[in-house]
Amino acid sequence: MLSTTANKEAVENFSEQLEVKGRSLWDDARRRFFNNRAALTSLVILGFITLFVFAGPMLSQFAFDEVDWGAMHAAPSVASGHFFGTDSLGRDLFVRTAMGGRISLMVGVMGALVAVLIGTLYGATAGFVGGRTDRVMMRTLEILYSFPFMFFVILLVTFFGRNILLIFIAIGAVSWLDMARIVRGQTLSIKGKEFVEAATVYGVSKWAMITRHIVPNVLGIVAVYATLLVPQMILFESFLSFLGLGVQEPMTSWGSLLNEGAQTMEIALWQLIVPAVFMVTTLFCFNFIGDGLRDALDPKDR
Amino acid sequence: MLPHLQLKRSRTWHIGPLLAALLALGGCGAPSDPSSETSKQTAVKLDPTKLAADQTLVRGGGSEPETLDPHKISGTPESAILRDLMETLVIASADGGVRPGVAESWETTDNQHYFFKIRESAKWSNGDPVTAEDFVYSWQRILDPKTASKYAWYLAAGKVKNAQDIVDGKQPPENLGVEAVDANTFKVSLEAPVPYFVSMLVHASTSPVHKGTVEQYGDQWTRVGNFVGNGAFRLTEWVVNERIEYVKNEHYWDADNVKLEKVRSLPIASPNAELKRYEAGEIDFTFEVPIEHINRLRKERADEVRTAPYIGTYYYEFNTTQPPFNDSRVRRALAYAIDREIMANKVMGRGEKPSFHLTPGIVTGFDAPATSWSQKTQAERVAKAKELLAEAGYNAQNPLKFSVLYNTNDNHKKVAVAITAMWKQTLGHVDVTLENQEWKTYLDTRANTDFDIARAGWIGDYNEPSTMLKLLLTDGGSNYSKYSNPKYDELFAKSAKELDLNKRAEYYAQAEEILAEDMPIAPIYQYVTQHMVKRHVGGYAPDPLDNYYSKDMWIIEH
Amino acid sequence: MLRFIAKRVLEAIPTLFILITVSFFLMRFAPGNPFSAEIAMTPEVMANIEAKYGFDKPVHEQYFSYLGGLLQGDLGPSFKYKDFTVNELVAQAFPVSLKIGLLAFIVAVTFGVTFGTIAALRQNTWLDYTIMTGAMAGVVIPSFVLAPLLVLIFAIGLDWLPAGGWHNGATPYVVLPVIGMSLYYIASISRIMRGSMIEVLNANFIRTAKSKGLSTPYIIVRHALRPAILPVLSYLGPALVGIITGSVVIETIFGLPGIGQLFVNGALNRDYSMVLGLTILVGALTITFNAIVDILYAVVDPKIRYA
Repeated sequence: MLSTTANKEAVENFSEQLEVKGRSLWDDARRRFFNNRAALTSLVILGFITLFVFAGPMLSQFAFDEVDWGAMHAAPSVASGHFFGTDSLGRDLFVRTAMGGRISLMVGVMGALVAVLIGTLYGATAGFVGGRTDRVMMRTLEILYSFPFMFFVILLVTFFGRNILLIFIAIGAVSWLDMARIVRGQTLSIKGKEFVEAATVYGVSKWAMITRHIVPNVLGIVAVYATLLVPQMILFESFLSFLGLGVQEPMTSWGSLLNEGAQTMEIALWQLIVPAVFMVTTLFCFNFIGDGLRDALDPKDR
Repeated sequence: MLPHLQLKRSRTWHIGPLLAALLALGGCGAPSDPSSETSKQTAVKLDPTKLAADQTLVRGGGSEPETLDPHKISGTPESAILRDLMETLVIASADGGVRPGVAESWETTDNQHYFFKIRESAKWSNGDPVTAEDFVYSWQRILDPKTASKYAWYLAAGKVKNAQDIVDGKQPPENLGVEAVDANTFKVSLEAPVPYFVSMLVHASTSPVHKGTVEQYGDQWTRVGNFVGNGAFRLTEWVVNERIEYVKNEHYWDADNVKLEKVRSLPIASPNAELKRYEAGEIDFTFEVPIEHINRLRKERADEVRTAPYIGTYYYEFNTTQPPFNDSRVRRALAYAIDREIMANKVMGRGEKPSFHLTPGIVTGFDAPATSWSQKTQAERVAKAKELLAEAGYNAQNPLKFSVLYNTNDNHKKVAVAITAMWKQTLGHVDVTLENQEWKTYLDTRANTDFDIARAGWIGDYNEPSTMLKLLLTDGGSNYSKYSNPKYDELFAKSAKELDLNKRAEYYAQAEEILAEDMPIAPIYQYVTQHMVKRHVGGYAPDPLDNYYSKDMWIIEH
Repeated sequence: MLRFIAKRVLEAIPTLFILITVSFFLMRFAPGNPFSAEIAMTPEVMANIEAKYGFDKPVHEQYFSYLGGLLQGDLGPSFKYKDFTVNELVAQAFPVSLKIGLLAFIVAVTFGVTFGTIAALRQNTWLDYTIMTGAMAGVVIPSFVLAPLLVLIFAIGLDWLPAGGWHNGATPYVVLPVIGMSLYYIASISRIMRGSMIEVLNANFIRTAKSKGLSTPYIIVRHALRPAILPVLSYLGPALVGIITGSVVIETIFGLPGIGQLFVNGALNRDYSMVLGLTILVGALTITFNAIVDILYAVVDPKIRYA
């Protein structure tokens, strides 16, 4: 049973690939994406940030959890080796920013991915199928939207303990809700377009309609909203920490660093500015990459 | 480690000019550089005897009070307001003792039967006289199971006759050992002599309530318009999460000497937000001071930072029921390895004192014993700690593995990170994980003894060592370490019976010595209370439990 | 239209019912209860408190008695703020959040749509980049950074506005909270608006209109704005619920007695009745606004119809 499904899937995938190749949509998209200078630059910068996040700690003489009573709230300085200064316990912010970026980048990307995958399909399905299905799906969304989420998180911690996987579950659980509504709205509008009607006349299946015709046409707004989600999810992670679910001290994240920085802005502005600069830069990159992808994949531009 | 001296010569970014530039961007020539304003203020000398025309005090109130019914309270924000709206038999005085409140005098011959003489001039805010009957009614009310008070245990801890049975529902409230001998004489009978009984009565939960009002309005009697109190002020406005306002009560027996006309208490749960409003001149008196700002404030507003020792100890409690902390050697090793000077002065830095016992040194009737570990230098303690840890069988092959639990809060986080870093640096073979939980989950985890080490703190209810030491009794309700030592329990029982102050102090010291050997908890520092108090606020004089009364304060002309 | 509304109202009932039921029982699984405290209470005292609030009864009984009260519009007593009922607390706090929220909403939509449209029209010019840089910063800088910064500059530094307080919504007390609240939404709305406007501007019917020689403002207002605003509408439905039910960060920093503080403190203190009451409020608002958005879809795009 399982193997037949798997086989079927494989065949389907393969045929899809064949089809894709035939139309060379992906080749075309890649070519267009790499011709987009802003997107390409962003990709390079994001690459550097990723590199910094993973290799940065090796460039410093300090460990991320090394406290120093003599250098609490020390300002950034090349001479002391604290390139980004230190925090309230004298821990090096250069290293901590790098370490914090690991979880934050993962959470941001992951939140956006879940939103794009689940949110887009959910919204497109509800909007395209319509009728009863749409109503049930939308009411379900409203219930999820109104549910007191803090309790969901508290229960997660209580029953499953602390686990990095749970962070992603919690993030995944909320990130797609708005996306689903936005995509559904767009789908309703696209549904009335001539090309959809034409495709329906040709007898294209519902699933194919959604994935081949609806989804590509909403990708523009999906890309925009997904980039907006990245910083939200990064900040959301620090809220999870508050409830005991996020990353645990002495580990850190950009959200937590920003949180700490906000409380000391009068006395140690760098504690706020460093994580903020990293987050803004990262978001810029995601934004341009999102735009680039959108332009590259836009079916109307072909 | 780094040569820190280098830092001074290195290129550093200064926040001052940066911020100034930021502000200049907003508006040219704005006449409000906060630092220059302060220095100007400092230059002007205020005459504390001159009263300002507007006698309104605006106070930070911490979090929103859960209730203004004195018999349902449990926290400090509620008590701070109730001290102004209600008056207890005796009230706290700045020297740590008591002074007459609504009772003008009291006497006892055997420390078991107390007679309080209630002032004939004492009146409720509606003009009714305050009588001994009111106290009989009120004390019965707080113990009555129907009231469901969280502080019902308090009078039982004071051994008021039958109090415990009434809480347990075994006897009706009428059987409480209190009596109105006449309208102005309130008699209290205890089950056994309690020499410090009077000092317990400053607690707001022993306040009287007005029977007629409570019976007429039920749960809603604390509303504005309904509220009747016997304190120096009467309630006039209450917007949940924004403000509580009260004005001078003209019926108060000492109204002539109350200078403030109005007090406004703002419930601001975030100390950072509170400080900003203080600096913007919207608050005269803050509830607390955020630790990261204390150095800056000491520079900019030195004479406004008011710090006082507090009867309270911050400590880490060990779960003594299971390995590794059922071994006192391991507990002692970890306790020894904490550098309390750094914790108190660097990590907290508000004026906290390193603490080597559960009972703070400032508690009346306590002489801190010279326990073996408190007399050593830190280096000696660390050496001993390593020895103990090795003895207990922990080494590179078998590192000591455990987690530290704390409730989500920036200060607790800072302390936990610092302490675990110390352990790692000095002891070597330890593998610590930190675990934070939100408040209610944390309480639950602690109550279920589901932790290795938990952060804890204990604030005394009254100024006597038993308020602290009862914590670690075998059947102590908040003994989350599950510590049990019959010798300790016995000493505590003996001290409770002892009427001689010196002998009692000796028992307490011996109890502390047992704790030093067993180390069920690792004391870290002694709390302080700290408020930012504007220079134009006169008469702030807290006792060691941070009991201050608005009736003692005034606004100086400024 | 009337049929549509009637249908939505009918659907709202089971939706809310499921929401209430799931929330009610899940909350009870969370560790701790409204009365647990650091000072351990003897079992007798705890039993007294539980009896007073009906916690000694089985959970399903409590559930039905809650539903019974709800049918009469009674959300029960607050377990945290013992002197008040949930109805009273919500009645006191909701107008505060509503005022701040509606003002922030108007500001956000006005500026967001304008900025987004301008950026789209001037795509890839310095104006576009400036607006989008601002939008990126607005999206990244969280309210817990923005709000204290506003206080630092405008209340402490320049002394133009109060640092906090509500004072029955007097104008000076509303300005900073509204700015603090709306900036994120200005930023995200302008970002969404720009994206969708660019797509619409590239559509054939706009090209046709341009080739007819119609003026740009005319094209924007008459032809482009309607389809372009569609995704903003979808975003605004749930966003508006978030805006008018308050932000705990903004309320804490500015000392506003709004819904946000009640909700978060309610959850942290296991004030079940408070959280349930506010969950119902949020649920009802979500359902209402989504229904309104669905109606508006048909207004902006007549091709959208509902079966």
